Amino acid sequence: MFNVDNLYVIPLDQWIQVAVRWLAIHFRPVFQTIKWPIESLLTTIESTLQTAPFPLIAIAFVLLAWWVASHRVAIFTFVSLIAIAFIGLWSEAMTTLSLIATAIVVCVIIGIPIGILCARSDRTWTVTRPVLDVMQTTPSFVYLVPVVMLFGVGTVAGGIAVIVAAVPPLIRFTNLGIRMVDTEMVEAGRAFGATERQLLWEVQLPLALPTILGGLNQTVLMAMVMSVIVAMIGAEGLGLVVLQGLGRLDVGMAAIGGIGIVLLAMILDRITQGLADRGKRAPRRGFRMALSQSLFPWRNAKESLEAKHQQS
Amino acid sequence: MTDRIRIEGIYKVFGRSPQQAVELLKAGETKESVLANTGHVAGLTDVSLAVPAGAIYMVMGLTGSGKSTLARCINRLIEPDAGRILIDGEEITSASEARMREIRRTRISMVFQHFALLPNRTVAENAEFGLKLRGIGAKERREKAMGILDVVGLSAWAGHLPSALSGGMRQRVGLARALATDADVLIMDEAFSALDPLIRTEMQDELLRLQKALKKTILFITHDFQEALKLGTRIAIMSDGKVVREGTPEDIVQNPKNNYVAAFTRDVDRARLFEASSVMTPAEPLRYGTAVTASILSVGGGPMFVVDDGGRVVGVVRTDQMQDVKDDVPVQSLMTQDYEAVCSTTKLAEMAGAFHPDRPMAVVDKDRRFMGRVDPLQVLSRIGTPSARSSHSKAAGY
Repeated sequence: MFNVDNLYVIPLDQWIQVAVRWLAIHFRPVFQTIKWPIESLLTTIESTLQTAPFPLIAIAFVLLAWWVASHRVAIFTFVSLIAIAFIGLWSEAMTTLSLIATAIVVCVIIGIPIGILCARSDRTWTVTRPVLDVMQTTPSFVYLVPVVMLFGVGTVAGGIAVIVAAVPPLIRFTNLGIRMVDTEMVEAGRAFGATERQLLWEVQLPLALPTILGGLNQTVLMAMVMSVIVAMIGAEGLGLVVLQGLGRLDVGMAAIGGIGIVLLAMILDRITQGLADRGKRAPRRGFRMALSQSLFPWRNAKESLEAKHQQS
Repeated sequence: MTDRIRIEGIYKVFGRSPQQAVELLKAGETKESVLANTGHVAGLTDVSLAVPAGAIYMVMGLTGSGKSTLARCINRLIEPDAGRILIDGEEITSASEARMREIRRTRISMVFQHFALLPNRTVAENAEFGLKLRGIGAKERREKAMGILDVVGLSAWAGHLPSALSGGMRQRVGLARALATDADVLIMDEAFSALDPLIRTEMQDELLRLQKALKKTILFITHDFQEALKLGTRIAIMSDGKVVREGTPEDIVQNPKNNYVAAFTRDVDRARLFEASSVMTPAEPLRYGTAVTASILSVGGGPMFVVDDGGRVVGVVRTDQMQDVKDDVPVQSLMTQDYEAVCSTTKLAEMAGAFHPDRPMAVVDKDRRFMGRVDPLQVLSRIGTPSARSSHSKAAGY
């Protein structure tokens, strides 16, 4: 009687199946509504990246790398993009890139506000934290099951899976960044009569920005990883190249897919890392200024030059 | 002088249900028993203070004495659990959140121990921080901030980030930020404690200089008794969340009243704290041009000073000249110029240098009018600390 085969098996799998199917049927409009903005964003970005001539995009990326990181990163970006183009994966790389870009935009829009809410209320954080733990410990492709059930297959459904997988680090780092702001700093804000909103925008966010940008870097890398895995549910891009290569036992094809993924991942990592470092080195002004400082460092150079002139 | 800040029976207890602990404390339970029975930490127990307008009021205490908690109760960064705080008669403790914000923006400002300057903003932007929060236009607030930076001597640094400044300069920015809002109450929480000793002295002098012109009401939190003596018009000494002694610096040093306070006063340099007026013996002067008798001279019990019609000292009659005086001698014939005069506000340390054998010392006011005379022995006994005095008497007995 102690044989495991004799035990009554709780039909958990069937329950879940029934529940998810019920959700999919009765809440279809909800999921379609969620899908719609992501789909339009994805289509816009992808059509832009696919129709623009490849040298233009390459130059744009090289310049971006130069501004936010360094000339070394710019050279690396240039070489990598040329390599991707010459192994014939440009189009696939652009699809993956648009998937990641969409995911980043959505992650920033939902992740930073949730992070702020978590930082301001211990209760919200106690509720959110285990959810993030589950999201981050769940193996990436486990996400695919409910996503397919609720959103179907294809690149858009893949985009949703990428967003869900990539958003936790941004929430965590935003929460952490705001909580780490020196208490005396927050006290100073309050002592001079800041409202909660002023405290957030004038004190907390500017000082938390380097940490938040660090979180953004993590989110970009998670999105990169997930954008490959979602090839399993029919998302196009570099992941699909690898998947097809494996399916046909075409080692060469799988390998170039892998090379493309690695190069793209390194470009994105270096650029966002550069952004985070810049935020750390010279955070300036309010949140908006700090961000623009990270993005447009030459403004700062001009100003400090002016300051020097004034002094002399 | 009217009281700008009145603190009446403030309690602050840290823990889950402070009200219960406050009731216990009010019923006379000690801090220790409340901690043991309820797990609540009493931060402030029945603290009452009155800060006169225009005073530098020092709250002095060691770590954990509740001094910083008290300071934060005044602008309600920390909510007191019982008691009232009034600023010019307005009850702060019951003010609405909006009113409190208004008060923080216009009436009370604060200077922090570690400066709390925003590292991402320039000196000028930091100085105008309070004005920006109040919603004052960019041009107007910059003008105001530059004016204040000029007062603290930092206008040349307006465009720099705080990281380019030394500690003392950073705290000047902190001070400028607090002054820019035109608040008449300034809370300075250990404002100079993080500075090097030399810079600290410099900043103390700077504060005294600024205060002469600005006449703010300053509540200054410090753990340094010397600083409290130097800056304070009044001092409250806190220990374990209670005020254990309150008074003027001279009063506290002269008469500590309990051992805890006496421990602080022991190392005090009394020669630089007390003024000539504190050791002066009031005396009747002789009027120039009148005649004196032996009986008049014997009343003084020492050398007698001669003043003119305006009360200003013109000479002295020494004790050795008083012997064999016949009646109705004109003062002029006995008088000599062998005297020293010091202003009543002169510190004893400087005064000691002016003493000269056979030259009596007069204390005069600002207009050089005679107030009294000083005996060197009085200065010596005032300078001596209580412990030094007892060891001397022991040595004498030995």
